Amino acid sequence: MSYLRPTSWAEALAARAEYPEAVVVAGGTDVMVEINFGRLHPSALLDLSRVGELRALGREDGHVRVGSGVTYQSIMRDLPGELPGLAAAARTVGSPPIRNRGTIGGNLGSASPAGDCHPPLLACGAEVEIASVHTSRTTPVADFFVGPKRSVLGPDELIAAVWVPAATGPQTFSKVGSRNAMVIAICSFALALHPDVGRVGTGIGSAGPVPLRARAAEQFLEGHLGETGAWESRPRLGDAVVDEFARLVAGAAQPIDDVRGSADYRRHALGVVARRSLMWCWDEFRGGRP
Amino acid sequence: MRVSLTVNGVDRVVDGVEEHESLLHLLREHLDLFGTKNACEQGECGSCSVYLDGVLVCSCLVAAGQAEGGTVTTVEGLSDDGILDPVQQAFIEAGAVQCGFCTPGFVLAAHDLLRHVPDPDDAQIREALSGNLCRCTGYQKIIDAVHRAAGR
Repeated sequence: MSYLRPTSWAEALAARAEYPEAVVVAGGTDVMVEINFGRLHPSALLDLSRVGELRALGREDGHVRVGSGVTYQSIMRDLPGELPGLAAAARTVGSPPIRNRGTIGGNLGSASPAGDCHPPLLACGAEVEIASVHTSRTTPVADFFVGPKRSVLGPDELIAAVWVPAATGPQTFSKVGSRNAMVIAICSFALALHPDVGRVGTGIGSAGPVPLRARAAEQFLEGHLGETGAWESRPRLGDAVVDEFARLVAGAAQPIDDVRGSADYRRHALGVVARRSLMWCWDEFRGGRP
Repeated sequence: MRVSLTVNGVDRVVDGVEEHESLLHLLREHLDLFGTKNACEQGECGSCSVYLDGVLVCSCLVAAGQAEGGTVTTVEGLSDDGILDPVQQAFIEAGAVQCGFCTPGFVLAAHDLLRHVPDPDDAQIREALSGNLCRCTGYQKIIDAVHRAAGR
């Protein structure tokens, strides 16, 4: 077994090209579990923890560029104002020592349907910056996942960063689990309002083979808010609107029965958290109007 | 492979480390530092908590190679020549130790909390200790101990 320890991004990409079978490890919070339990026997480990470039946060054109090696702890501490949905999701991950190590790039790379970063990234319309020694490309998060624990990442590619539009309206993240810490989501839901462009973003976790957007729910709410001038007048939302939004979110899920919960429960819970999320976000947007 | 690191203030060079080994394994099996406990090996229980470069981590989830050149502090490194850290002393006084297996991890997590939040409330303590499992105490005495240590 080889242990590859690049100290720069260029070295990391070169190592990835030379050892396409290597298992990439960043914070280790997923990979080391698999190794400790003998479920993973890599011929090589490619350790990205020394690549300083990956820990950088940058700002450009209304976006935050979150380096793939940025930890959940850093997201919670450094980005709650600009990326409130992602920061809220980061705070629900594991426990303090897990959040100190786990990274956003690792979350995407593992591509679990239950990854906590994924719903808010979907709701925000984030893009993943992917690189190899030959090329660099970006792909919308919505196109990044192709199946349970599978992504579009090629064998010679690494995740460089995630580009997330800075929030222009309220965002929430909700996670259903048996306790507040150390929980893999039974289901999760992110909502982001984008009043500057009259858009609504959603993300569903742990209720399908990949993280999902509830596109019909987004279109329904965008249509209602646009047609009624609600982005400007900011009225209370009627029960029928909230109910329909919740129904469409639940309907977008593709859940299965598993050890954490049944498909029926997941669908039901998603309707509940979708309703609450909309009320929380809309109340915040209304800003205390009567 | 060889891993060079500083553990509890002492420079160590460890040969014969397997590439897949964790920092926890390195500490226990190569350096005989048994204060850091091996329990779940999946980051669920916090028994293996240590500081790596000043950051609280589950050592079972750190590849040994990731600690190369690093600075590690284990529970053995918290006391100073037999003088216990205030957190350790508070755990004894509050009766926060029963079987003791989880104690090193709780002590490290409490120590880390008090470095950042000198006078935490119950909610902050519960969140800071949320990655540590204790099957004996019911946690209340541990929370009492953290409050007790906070005053020192």
